[in-house]
Amino acid sequence: MAHFTKATSVKDWLNQRLAIEKVEKVMASEYWIPKNINFLWAMGMILVVTFVLLLVSGIFLLMYYIPTVDEAFNSVNYTIMREVNFGWLWRHIHGVAASVVFLIIYIHMFTGIYYGSYKKGREMIWISGMLLFIAFSTEAFSGYMLPWGQMSYWAGMVITNLFAGGSLHADFLVEWIRGDYVPAQAFLGRFFMLHVLLVPIAIMALIGLHFAALRIPHVNNQDGEDVDFDAESKKYLAGDKAGSKVMRFGNDFMSKDMMVVGIFLIFFFYLVFYNYGFAMDPVNFDPADGLKTPTHIYPEWYFLWSYEILRPFNIDLGLVLFGFAQVIFVFLPFLDRSPNAVPANRRGMMFKIWFWLMLCNMIVLTAMGKLPPEGVFTTIGLVAAIVFIAQWLALPIITSMEKKV
Amino acid sequence: MKNKEPIILAIVVFFTLVTYFLVEPFAHSQMHKHVESDGFAYADLPASEKKGDAIHGQELVMGAGACVGCHSIEVANVPAVMEPQMAAASYGVNPPDLSNAGAVYDAKFLANLIKNPAHALKVEHKFDADKGQMHPMVPFYGAGGDIDQEVADMVAYLQSIAVKPVEVTPTMAFENACGRCHAVSYENWTPMGTKPSFKDKKDSLAFDIKVLEYEDSLKAYMGKIPPDLSMYIRSRGEHYISTLIENPQNQLEGTAMPRVGVTAESAEKVIEYLKNSGDTKRHEREEIGTNVMIYIVIFAIFAFLWKKQVWRDLH
Repeated sequence: MAHFTKATSVKDWLNQRLAIEKVEKVMASEYWIPKNINFLWAMGMILVVTFVLLLVSGIFLLMYYIPTVDEAFNSVNYTIMREVNFGWLWRHIHGVAASVVFLIIYIHMFTGIYYGSYKKGREMIWISGMLLFIAFSTEAFSGYMLPWGQMSYWAGMVITNLFAGGSLHADFLVEWIRGDYVPAQAFLGRFFMLHVLLVPIAIMALIGLHFAALRIPHVNNQDGEDVDFDAESKKYLAGDKAGSKVMRFGNDFMSKDMMVVGIFLIFFFYLVFYNYGFAMDPVNFDPADGLKTPTHIYPEWYFLWSYEILRPFNIDLGLVLFGFAQVIFVFLPFLDRSPNAVPANRRGMMFKIWFWLMLCNMIVLTAMGKLPPEGVFTTIGLVAAIVFIAQWLALPIITSMEKKV
Repeated sequence: MKNKEPIILAIVVFFTLVTYFLVEPFAHSQMHKHVESDGFAYADLPASEKKGDAIHGQELVMGAGACVGCHSIEVANVPAVMEPQMAAASYGVNPPDLSNAGAVYDAKFLANLIKNPAHALKVEHKFDADKGQMHPMVPFYGAGGDIDQEVADMVAYLQSIAVKPVEVTPTMAFENACGRCHAVSYENWTPMGTKPSFKDKKDSLAFDIKVLEYEDSLKAYMGKIPPDLSMYIRSRGEHYISTLIENPQNQLEGTAMPRVGVTAESAEKVIEYLKNSGDTKRHEREEIGTNVMIYIVIFAIFAFLWKKQVWRDLH
């Protein structure tokens, strides 16, 4: 049994019971971060801040939202937007943050790919991150159902239809997911539950895992340098702060995190007050009507690239490739056969092209996913989807041919 | 070690803006037909050079023109002939009160409307006299004199009794031009008028039943119940609504919605009414937006200074 002595201070009292000094060292002051990193390493903190904005604004919205098909639309558009003090502000923060969080997630992901931050002991960081991506996608989709507007209803209809598995005609599965033949009360009720309870719990658990996965291998750096954290941290603690290659997370890197967060928040609140339309689709301000299909049905922008992998093919092939696109990023650490954990621009021409083509092609897919599937857009979409699949199939080959740097 | 951050930031911003441009302005320009406003000129309708005489116009409106057989003119003490739901059962929609018609609607449009309603309203695809499909408003065939002079007189009378054009309020413009077909539930507006507050629930339900009867007639007349416009300012936006009002056929070819012929100023008032329904907090949003931006910029400056101070020892 542990030995407890009479506490000399509140801090000492807590220290004996919770080891707060040790925890502070592990989490902040002796959590060593390499110095050669740039502002892209602050995306994690931006995501934490955005998640907190989503959580807090969501709590306020939850106080007035009514999850019934008769009341949902009006509880959002009348009660929250007109009656509740600052209800409009919470809703706009929630809607814009839900969109912006995906922009930051994509920047965060492509940063990881570019600098090879999923290799050499950092595989679990990548995998937990991709699980977070899936959890955030579920959260975004389930939340999109809640205002019960036209796009909520029809996006819900289209996406749940996918579970019929094309020619398999597994309609029973679709009905089981909806709890009805069409999206209706049972559907809204369960997506409400997912959005406010189950998925947020999963996200918080996964954020814990993501942070834990980072603690032992430490963060990567922009030069692909193998930093000796033990030796460099000793140097720092001995007083050679300038000569050491590492710094403390708190408050050394934290101060830079906050600077980047400050700039991000200027951008974020500009969107909230002056340019929120992109995050709140006009079509969804029409109440859900099962007898009136909107002319164009499209998902929010962050799902468009995977939607476009589904769309150009016949339903069965489309579903297979769509499923492939959903999970393939998770396996990146194992598909990349190269031993080099350095930035993409130093890994040879092949991977360099692979990276920039992947980025540009996903933007092309995103654009084509929204445009009506007509004329030249269909062809561009088809080619882009094939390129996407081909790039992933080629990855193990081009990376095994890569020379060691 | 060279500072690569500016170039990295430029790349991130570039790809973000390209994506934004493609999925927002570009995609929407491809998905929606672009309709330009004609400034509510109603250029397809012929203009008349005649100068109207309001006194003679009054005689026509009250007499030979037979306007008050269907229309009420409350400012001239001409009450409605029937209750709204009864009028809708007779004509399809409750004929408008003409008190402020002279201010809300364009004068040239009114003159053309009186002579040939289906043509001015752009509903000839629905009301073709040759096929026996008569518009419920009977054209004015003249009272024996110069028909164009008579029409000009009637318009002059309507303008003389109406409020001044600058006095048209958003509510007045909306209720006159749109409100007899469209409900705006967030403003408590029904096509029969504002729903009063009743003490007795039975009275409230009795009113609701009248609205349902009204809507039945409207549905038979228009093909469907025209949509509730509470959130239209958010679902359609200002430009769409404005060009739709100017000429519904431009945006929705074949629609049963008539061109109502409002002046450009009245159309702006209608938009303002819809903003008062679907975007009530727009002024608060601007005011708070400014304050939040100032606050965040100050926060960012302090964060920057903190970073500079902490990093001074690290280099």
